[in-house]
Amino acid sequence: MANKTVLIKIKRQANPESQPYWEEFELTWRPGMNVISSIMEIAANPVTRDGKKTTPIVYDSNCLEEVCGSCAMLINGRARMACSALIDKLDQPITLEPFSKFPVVRDLSVDRSVLFENLKAVKAWVPVDGTYDLGSGPRMTPDEQEGAYPLSRCISCCCCMEACPQFNESTGFVGAATISQVRLFNTHPTGKVLKQDRLSALMGDGGIQECGYAQNCVEVCPKDIPLTKSISEVGKDVMKKAVVDFFRQ
Amino acid sequence: MAANPRIIIVGGGLAGLSAAIKCAEMGASVDLFSIVPVKRSHSVCAQGGINAAKNLKGEGDSTWQHLDDTVYGGDFLANQPPVKAMCDMAPAIIDLLDRMGVTFNRTPEGLLDFRRFGGTLHHRTAFAGATTGQQLLYALDEQVRRFESEDKVTKYESWEFLSAVLDPQRVCRGICAMDLRTMEVKTFPADAVIIATGGIGAIFGKSTNSVVCTGSAQSALYQQGAYYANGEMIQVHPTSIPGEDKLRLMSESARGEGGRVWVPKQKGDKRPAKSIPEGERWYFLEEWYPKYGNLVPRDVATRAIHKVVHEYDLGIDGQPMVYLDLTHIDRETLNKKLEGILEIYEKFVGDDPREVPMKIFPGMHYTMGGLWVDFNQQTNIQGLYAAGECDYSIHGSNRLGANSLLSCIYGGFIAGPNAVRYGRENGKSSDGVPSSVYETEKKRQDELNSRLMTSDGTENPFKLWRELGEWMSKNVTVSRYNKNLKETDTKIVELLERYRHVNVSDKSMWANTSFAFTRQLYNMLQLARVVTQGALMRDESRGSHYKPDFPDRDDKNWLKTTKAYFAPDADEPRFEFEAVDISLVPPRVRKY
Ligand SMILES: Cc1cc2nc3c(=O)[nH]c(=O)nc-3n(C[C@H](O)[C@H](O)[C@H](O)COP(=O)(O)OP(=O)(O)OC[C@H]3O[C@@H](n4cnc5c(N)ncnc54)[C@H](O)[C@@H]3O)c2cc1C
Ligand code: SF4
Ligand code: SF4
Ligand code: FES
Repeated sequence: MANKTVLIKIKRQANPESQPYWEEFELTWRPGMNVISSIMEIAANPVTRDGKKTTPIVYDSNCLEEVCGSCAMLINGRARMACSALIDKLDQPITLEPFSKFPVVRDLSVDRSVLFENLKAVKAWVPVDGTYDLGSGPRMTPDEQEGAYPLSRCISCCCCMEACPQFNESTGFVGAATISQVRLFNTHPTGKVLKQDRLSALMGDGGIQECGYAQNCVEVCPKDIPLTKSISEVGKDVMKKAVVDFFRQ
Repeated sequence: MAANPRIIIVGGGLAGLSAAIKCAEMGASVDLFSIVPVKRSHSVCAQGGINAAKNLKGEGDSTWQHLDDTVYGGDFLANQPPVKAMCDMAPAIIDLLDRMGVTFNRTPEGLLDFRRFGGTLHHRTAFAGATTGQQLLYALDEQVRRFESEDKVTKYESWEFLSAVLDPQRVCRGICAMDLRTMEVKTFPADAVIIATGGIGAIFGKSTNSVVCTGSAQSALYQQGAYYANGEMIQVHPTSIPGEDKLRLMSESARGEGGRVWVPKQKGDKRPAKSIPEGERWYFLEEWYPKYGNLVPRDVATRAIHKVVHEYDLGIDGQPMVYLDLTHIDRETLNKKLEGILEIYEKFVGDDPREVPMKIFPGMHYTMGGLWVDFNQQTNIQGLYAAGECDYSIHGSNRLGANSLLSCIYGGFIAGPNAVRYGRENGKSSDGVPSSVYETEKKRQDELNSRLMTSDGTENPFKLWRELGEWMSKNVTVSRYNKNLKETDTKIVELLERYRHVNVSDKSMWANTSFAFTRQLYNMLQLARVVTQGALMRDESRGSHYKPDFPDRDDKNWLKTTKAYFAPDADEPRFEFEAVDISLVPPRVRKY
């Protein structure tokens, strides 16, 4: 295996206003490499394939075990997490690009704060009365827990939004992750007290109606969250509410 | 007097967020600083669970037993009153998290389910699948988002804390921080500051910690005069998955659910694990510790694995690895209770642990040491509080599994209200502080930055960091020898010298992450000396701190807290010692 190498092409951009450009790197292959460990390797020796000195790549990461949601990027064109992208399972040359639907900060790092704003808009929380001791929470069957748990594993990586054909500036669509969180909180015994507010937030332009059921979201979600199921469940509730609201007018 | 004091919280892990919730609830205005968006904090990595003696399994568990297990597990180095307060508060913390919507696993009756963890004989650990930390952090994050939408909390994400602003009386009046996008340095006034910046794994190069766990903030404060206590107490987790970039944890819950550790009895046995008959396997933990078996505390399991690999030379394929075996447990149970961690193994190693025994080895995991705090979570700097993994208070010389998430939330719940009370009572408030106090600190940091930016040496910061990590992991983890510790300290001094010739190749003033890292590296080096020298001094073995040349615990000389403080003129740590409060559980020999 002597001298086996890894070829990586990275799309770089110095700041939000400047033009992107590509750089190529060739690294010595080692067992167990992933995309993040490769970019770390470049930082320790920032030289391009043709021997030009350059700067370390800017990217987001934290947990390195696919649970913090930081390191999302386009790897060989697909929205996914870089820390769990094993080099041995990727076709070379490997291309790394920042997400295309979020403002680039620098190189592979993008601004995904829109998702956190959306979570605020749909009140994605259980409105507890306070943190003083009020005894135990509502009882839940194991089945209910097993239904909620997968939804609560969303890491806010925004892969589902990047991959969604409807998620763009003209629609202002909130995206699958937010809708799925609405389902999570609307089914919680206490959380459901805000159900109507959440459904209202998903009505109208940019709301759930924008979804074309293309299912790209489910395919890329690194946590296998049942997003289309969430969309159809919440969609039904929004429809129901629209009808009720209409007759109340 | 400030009726609604302004509180700065640095860090948005479990400790920071729980402090934020308490402060906001009490009417304070909270400014919350974090390097990463708080939802991406390291706490999401916690897998196994959180302890509370709810006694829902009819085992006669009690908060007193929880206290006893915790101080015994920590080999009696922890002050006992705060441990007792934490254990007493634990059941109410679990209830609160449950009310906030944490998807804890349930019993058929709809109650919370509990699993067993290391260092106890009771089912005391509540869990949400195998991603408990993620679930707890999200619940707190959601509550903070709610306060944010009511303008009670303002988040400064992608901001890095650089230092505290101290007035001439050494009272903390705010912080100095750097915007990690514009690289601008700014000061922020506050009536009280809470530090909740987590662990220090990066000092050891590879660890189970997340990337931002560098201890840089703690080190900066230590260099500003805060005491750093029990720095030498470093937990090495027995079961991690060796990796290129990180040692990924295989949670203790794998053993809690019945996982067994073994090696082939015969050296160099090349057969696939599954085909090795029972009789030819050595379940050494079960043999050596019949009472606790695979669930002995972490330091004990770690040393046992080291012994089997290094002394008996029985590592799998001659490599430093042993088997952690779950294959005797049925798939359905495994999927229900451990899916999250099994997935990690599958994703990063490529084997299915339901079918093939996992290969694991000990890895640096947690710091019991941290900023010194009193029983109100205040540091020795007035107006500066600390909570979470970055404070030293609860775990003594070894932390029990699932006690950290608890201590983080407890710490936040104590630090928050105390900071608000302090702000109300003592603050002539930050308004009365002359602006020169802030300007001086900003100037100091600006100068530091420009010196670093213009330095044109030849040392690559990432390579210096690797060297530091290799030395620390080799000499300052499981088995410690004074000779090696001395050499390590000399090495760190050399690295500090070479740091003066560091080359920051990226000169950009926009989102320059390698510049930020280079700054942190300096603080890591300074803190590494505290850890190393603390270990060098403590000539005994206690909890995670093990010296083969001094194999016994020595209460006569060493039942005391190490307190390091920085001597600026000498540019190195000095040490003091403090008696441990053992008023509740008298020390006894720790023998599992
Ligand atoms: C893999 C793994 C599994 C674990 N499993 C368990 C378990 O099952 N049970 C258990 O009890 N414990 C467990 N632990 C331990 C536990 O997860 C941690 O001790 C705990 O989460 C620490 O929380 P924290 O709030 O102190 O800090 P963190 O969650 O680390 O948060 C630190 C915060 O500080 C911020 N920060 C750091 N430096 C700065 C700075 N200079 N400026 C601004 N912000 C800064 C970060 O952005 C972050 O928001 C585990 C640990 C690991 C590594
Ligand atoms: S189903 Fe299609 S349109 Fe709807 S959210 Fe998913 S990817 Fe977007
Ligand atoms: S739903 Fe899946 S893809 Fe979308 S943000 Fe959550 S984890 Fe990522
Ligand atoms: S670094 Fe956390 S998901 Fe990749």
